[in-house]
Amino acid sequence: MTSLPISTGPRWAKLPRRHMPVLATLALLLVMYGIGVSQYRAFSNIQVVFNVFIDNGFLLVIAVGMTFVILTGGIDLSVGSVAAMTAMVSAWLLQSGLPALPVLVIALLIGPTLGFLMGCAIHFFDIQPFIVTLAGMFFARGMCTFISNASIPITDGFWTTMSQYRIGDPRGNFVSISVLVAFAVVLVAAYVLAYTRLGRNVYAIGGNPQSALLMGLPLGRTRIAVYTISGLCAAIGGILLSFYTLSGAPLIAIGMELDVIAAVVIGGTVLTGGSGYIFGTVLGVLVLGVIQTLITFDGSLNSWWTKIVIGGLLFAFILLQRLIGIRYK
Amino acid sequence: MTDSRPVLTMTGISKSFPGVRALHNVDFQLFPGEVHALMGENGAGKSTLIKVLTGVYGIDEGSVTLDGEQVAFNGPMQAAAAGVSTVYQEVNLCPNLSVAENIFIGREPRRFGAVRWGEVRRRARQLLARLDLDIDVTAPVASFSLAVQQMVAIARAIDVQARVLILDEPTSSLDAGEVAQLFRIMRQLRDEGIAILFVTHFLDQVYGIADRITVLRNGALVGEYPIAELPQLALVEKMIGKELDVLERIEEQPRPELAVLEGGTPFVQVSQLGRKGAVAPFTLAIHAGEVVGLAGLLGSGRTEVARLLFGADRADRGEVEVNGARTGLRNPVQAIDQGIGFCSENRRAEGIIADLSVRENMILAMQAARGWLRPIPRRRQDELVDRYIKALSIRPANPEMPVRNLSGGNQQKVLLARWLITEPRLLILDEPTRGIDIGAKAEIQKLVVQLSDGGMAVLFISAELEEVLRLSHKIAVMRDRELVAQLDNDDTVDADRVMQTIASGTEREEASR
Amino acid sequence: MSDAGHRFRTLLGHRLFWPVAVLVVMLAANTVYRPGFLAVEINNGHLYGTPIDILRLSAPLILVALGMTLVISTGGIDLSVGSTCAISGAIACLYISRAPDQNNLGTVLTALAMALGVALVLGAWNGVLVSVIGIQPIIATLILMVAGRGLAQLIAEGQIITINSGPYRAIGLGHLLTLPLAIFIALAAALLVAAFTRRTALGMIVESVGGNREASRLAGIRSGRVVFLVYVVSAACAAIAGFMMTANVSSADGNNTGLWVELDAILAVVIGGTSLAGGRFYLSGTIVGALIIQTLTTTVYAMNISPQTALLFKAVVVIAVCLIQAPAFRARFRRRRPGTPPPPQSSPQRQKEQVPA
Repeated sequence: MTSLPISTGPRWAKLPRRHMPVLATLALLLVMYGIGVSQYRAFSNIQVVFNVFIDNGFLLVIAVGMTFVILTGGIDLSVGSVAAMTAMVSAWLLQSGLPALPVLVIALLIGPTLGFLMGCAIHFFDIQPFIVTLAGMFFARGMCTFISNASIPITDGFWTTMSQYRIGDPRGNFVSISVLVAFAVVLVAAYVLAYTRLGRNVYAIGGNPQSALLMGLPLGRTRIAVYTISGLCAAIGGILLSFYTLSGAPLIAIGMELDVIAAVVIGGTVLTGGSGYIFGTVLGVLVLGVIQTLITFDGSLNSWWTKIVIGGLLFAFILLQRLIGIRYK
Repeated sequence: MTDSRPVLTMTGISKSFPGVRALHNVDFQLFPGEVHALMGENGAGKSTLIKVLTGVYGIDEGSVTLDGEQVAFNGPMQAAAAGVSTVYQEVNLCPNLSVAENIFIGREPRRFGAVRWGEVRRRARQLLARLDLDIDVTAPVASFSLAVQQMVAIARAIDVQARVLILDEPTSSLDAGEVAQLFRIMRQLRDEGIAILFVTHFLDQVYGIADRITVLRNGALVGEYPIAELPQLALVEKMIGKELDVLERIEEQPRPELAVLEGGTPFVQVSQLGRKGAVAPFTLAIHAGEVVGLAGLLGSGRTEVARLLFGADRADRGEVEVNGARTGLRNPVQAIDQGIGFCSENRRAEGIIADLSVRENMILAMQAARGWLRPIPRRRQDELVDRYIKALSIRPANPEMPVRNLSGGNQQKVLLARWLITEPRLLILDEPTRGIDIGAKAEIQKLVVQLSDGGMAVLFISAELEEVLRLSHKIAVMRDRELVAQLDNDDTVDADRVMQTIASGTEREEASR
Repeated sequence: MSDAGHRFRTLLGHRLFWPVAVLVVMLAANTVYRPGFLAVEINNGHLYGTPIDILRLSAPLILVALGMTLVISTGGIDLSVGSTCAISGAIACLYISRAPDQNNLGTVLTALAMALGVALVLGAWNGVLVSVIGIQPIIATLILMVAGRGLAQLIAEGQIITINSGPYRAIGLGHLLTLPLAIFIALAAALLVAAFTRRTALGMIVESVGGNREASRLAGIRSGRVVFLVYVVSAACAAIAGFMMTANVSSADGNNTGLWVELDAILAVVIGGTSLAGGRFYLSGTIVGALIIQTLTTTVYAMNISPQTALLFKAVVVIAVCLIQAPAFRARFRRRRPGTPPPPQSSPQRQKEQVPA
């Protein structure tokens, strides 16, 4: 008896297909950068690129967490508020005289704890992630103003050092410590997704949760883990945000969850779950950052054009995903 | 072969759900190196027994011993770790992951916590080679056929040094060649000493592979028999609990002659209708009062023909005449307008609307045809629904019950009612009897005969050749997405001849046999 | 006695029981905290009082939530309603602000018609993305949610448009038969949507499409059209809500008009018992849900807590209501095993009935 005839189609047709959205994002990024360089002389300065990272380090970290959630087919609307709450709590604790280290620890615990609780509600009570994380978003935002109605400045030495320390070359180009933290988070996340059981379970659950369960994969644990990870990333993002602004403001980062989701989608992660890469998310965040930079360089465009362009790009990338048909279900 | 001690013993198993006693005092034993078929109608308790065994459900009463030691698994993973692996009816793999990863996920070889991908691929290739399967293990599982996916699932199951392999209706979506391949692997595994618990609806397959049979009925054990001591008819009797001669009786009824039926203009005449990648262009005529059977293996294009005729998929070539007039069947709306109805093989995904009531499900097609601005008056709805609940003896006879609460057979009848209410001229039935119990099956067959006697044309698709032969006036044979022959169902046609046609693609080979 | 017990259980099982109970408890708690809470007085021929305020202020939310109910029933979601509110409010206010006579009824009607027209186009855009191109609703409408805010600001050129138009203000603050006009508008919309869905077969068809889209298509339903239609209806509802919001303050702010109303609306729908997965929908439940949300907001304001902190309470209520409605949560309290029991298809007598004698 011979083996079954197997039709997989030519391999060259399969592989690029899966990577198409990421490649498209990369192409878009290069084109946008090219436009910037050709239009504005100052754009070619390498510091422009560094600044994109400096200005979006916190966004990148939060987007990494969101990538985990979206890969399982879920969504986390709470990230912006959690980041704001983390910054707010840090500022408040520092103001009340606590030293930097315990503040850092406490602030970094809040996000994952909230994420863990949301994950539990989603898993054990079978309530849609959309609703649960919406409640989380309300809760975290409410806590911000509960702490203070006004912005709290941070004067702590550690924070100001982290904010102002520049790592650079002799020509004056530099990045902030936040950028290094963001890179570290990206690398760890990429490793976790590609090489650990947790990461692979994330993809499996996004591909088909019922199968994953019947294959004996820890569905509940993984689900709770991704919301906890997202909470942790939001907390780290919140700390970076407080480095960046040196304050805790109750209304900061409103609507940031939308930017984050947009970055993840533009980075090629499919919202139904199961397909996408951290690298894509990095590109997605860069695309958003470069758009902002372009609009800043062009003095005539107003800030609302950012939103319109992001909306347009979302449309383009979703259409692309649709056209190449990355849908397994 | 089964002289050793049983590897698995289940004693006095009882399991109740609120309002239902699913299992009552059931004993079951499984020996190393045997294929043991678990038989019973829908609702007999087969799935519950398997789920109790693998720890999906807790046990109310009774005990399970594996190798003489009492066990109580808390879930499929623990069961698998102890050597009891399950492959389910619907392939449970993650379509987005690679073949290799699907086999090893959850127990990947690791070093310092990191998955060793090279090792995963190497061992996957090894394992698949054991099953005589040579495929690219890095390709996503979604890019392979269902049969290959089933093999991958089995590869996953046997990798954990399984001593007990549970196959829960693994063949329901495989064609004959694939079933043969599966059986070859099952025999090989059996000879390696693995105990295989095999659940299927296909009687032929039981007699093709099983060594022993355990029969369940209504949650209770009927008995355990060596295969040689239980002829097919006796098995059916034990499964349904009484002698059933309805199926035979249908055959005895006089049917109108084909020549009479095919005298006038056909109701539907398609010429060279086809769709790229789905089915090669075919020509087919269906007359009023005629039952046309569509035979062929799974994946031979049966369903695709039905979908083209109903406009569920759009044909990209060919012509359609309805009542002698040129027309198109580009979408279901158009087909329904011409008087065509279609019951999909996939009852759950393409048939019932589980949330809606029996009444709403029944009137749906008629309401759709009228448009939403012209609701069917409630009195008329109740009249129609009552009539069909009675005519098809749908149980429970409560029109306001959500259709999800009905059994598979009754859901199928609700779907039939949905189309009968629209008074179609042609009814396309794709596997209307699949996965429902024998009683409901007989009723549906009887109904097909009645409808055609009443002048309705029926296109009847079934994987069971017997059924097609029994009901059809004419049999269209599909093979490799091509309509290869149309046989008038007279005395010269029997299962063998149809089988030959399916196997060879032509009829001429019959002579050389 | 057992009859009474049975009736009580039936009542408890009614889908409106928990939402209404929550609303009643909230009102009762308010009355205890502030005895004058339920007082209503007539002043100048108009009724005044906290209950009236709650009704008036919940009107825009009810409107948005009605449209959202239909969208969710088809298994979709419409995140763009807040942006649609902002855009339609901005267009109406912009047109009125440029008119020579802002109090001219004709001017106001033209403004409303224009804004409504644009909203319908936005709804159609969503509808096309979802039903024709086949994009997941949450993403398809996310596009307009993000870009729509930018469009609203573009229309207003980043400014807050202030107007001084009597007829327009009446939409939000006018009175009819002693009651605020907004209540009547919301009521009329609710009745219209109810008639539109339940007096025709549209409701059943929407539920059918939401329950199983492919099966509906094969039953001859033009699923695409139905899905398209609900997004247009949702946008129209949002536009009217947008008029109300901007009329309340006689100004349009592209950034803040209708901010987060989509979330409140989705909450109202879910609290009202419509599943986010699609299928059956309950308009009455949605209205109760919207009233709960507004009562909560009003309560928190009355307690002198900042609007942002009010979100804290909202979070608690959302979780409480969702938990109460979650079957998994209820099951735990009834001490049943967490696994869902299979449908009772193995009932012995049915088996017998299926075998013909």
